[in-house]
Amino acid sequence: MLFSLDHVGYRTPDREILTDISFNVDAGEYITISGPSGSGKSTLLRLLATLLTPTSGQITYHDQPQSSYPKTTYRQAVSYCFQQPSLFGDTVQDNLAFPFELRNQPFDAAKAQAALAQVDLPTSMLTKPITELSGGEKQRVALIRNLLFEPDVILLDEVTTGLDAATKTIVHELIEGLNQKGLTVLAVTHDETEINVAHRLLTITAGRLEAAQ
Amino acid sequence: MNNLIVSPTALAFAVILVLIALAVNFKEHIGLEKDMLIGVVRAVIQLTVVGYVLTYIIRVDRVWLTLLMVAIIIFNAALNARKRAAGIPHAFVISLLAISVATLTTIVLLVVAHAVKFTPSQIVPISGMIASNAMVAIGLCYRSLNASFHDQRQGLLERLALGADLKQATMPIVRVAIKTGMAPTIDSAKTVGLVSLPGMMSGLIFAGIDPTKAIMYQIMVTFMLLAATSISSVIACYRAYPQFYNEDLQLR
Repeated sequence: MLFSLDHVGYRTPDREILTDISFNVDAGEYITISGPSGSGKSTLLRLLATLLTPTSGQITYHDQPQSSYPKTTYRQAVSYCFQQPSLFGDTVQDNLAFPFELRNQPFDAAKAQAALAQVDLPTSMLTKPITELSGGEKQRVALIRNLLFEPDVILLDEVTTGLDAATKTIVHELIEGLNQKGLTVLAVTHDETEINVAHRLLTITAGRLEAAQ
Repeated sequence: MNNLIVSPTALAFAVILVLIALAVNFKEHIGLEKDMLIGVVRAVIQLTVVGYVLTYIIRVDRVWLTLLMVAIIIFNAALNARKRAAGIPHAFVISLLAISVATLTTIVLLVVAHAVKFTPSQIVPISGMIASNAMVAIGLCYRSLNASFHDQRQGLLERLALGADLKQATMPIVRVAIKTGMAPTIDSAKTVGLVSLPGMMSGLIFAGIDPTKAIMYQIMVTFMLLAATSISSVIACYRAYPQFYNEDLQLR
């Protein structure tokens, strides 16, 4: 079992966001999570990413409690990609060099350019200031930032929102391809077509898991 | 040497200067007259008290009393720096550590180098100069940290999500904060003598010391403040940034 969630709940001091979530994830699965806005989908992904800590229940990863892993190595293996990322630093390169930096490796420009090409971005984008990027371009730079060193799991938080149809297809094909090679995918989405082609669909409504298939 | 004759009567006349400032305030509706009056009254009272205390300390010339006075200065500087931290946890302890290390290191070096003598009339004013500059520097550091953690929250979250540790996630912000803290000291080092004749040098010239001797002291002060503000900024920033995270490597 890759992930096992056992009666997981998350609440802020003034609000219950997720209640009693239990399900399992096998390695290599592609899980689609949908539900109304504000139902707690993003919170669920952030709990899996250890960017938030459950206030009740337990999440295990490879049958060990999440808390037993060092946060940094865990997050490099279970990579969370933000909805509407802002990017950091000054240029696209600052963002793509960061994963190398974290692993104490020299920046490999060829690898970064290949990754840009994979999501249909020009290789010249490497030196572009992040302030000149459109929302869709930022989204794709953020995505390949998570994939430069292939993680075990990718957590996608509405990453195709705001992309045009052609770019959406490119991103879908990239993720599908990696999934077939063994990458576990959990993707939050509102997109009807993504929901329709889901391998396994989880629906979260008002903080509760509605239908586990 | 004794051409220093600001008598109480002369000071009373100098109150006219305060009245000019007040008049400007009233005429232009700036609304600072209350703060100005509080400032004037506090300055007069605090300086009078310190004047008598220093006279006593210099006259009895005891090591423990000098050290006590230095401790009080550092303590007050840390209290003031905490006010500028606007809610950073443990800001008082962090400030106390940063200002103490900066002040003590600098003073020890100056005493060892025979640049100043360990006598209250030198140690106390020098400590005050160092501690107040360190206090201002770390106040700026705190403000910069607070602003960056607020404005760059999303970027920080993205770095953490990629698996950065605290240092890797925060280093760019810490660098900016240290730079902000040190900037005024570096700027004034660049313009010293061209624009302002700083307090120490002016004081010595007032007292009749040859300006070529007075500048030696001012150069020493410039070096000493550069050291003190960098030491205190680095300590304060490195101690303060982890306070923005919880034990699960998440932003508070």
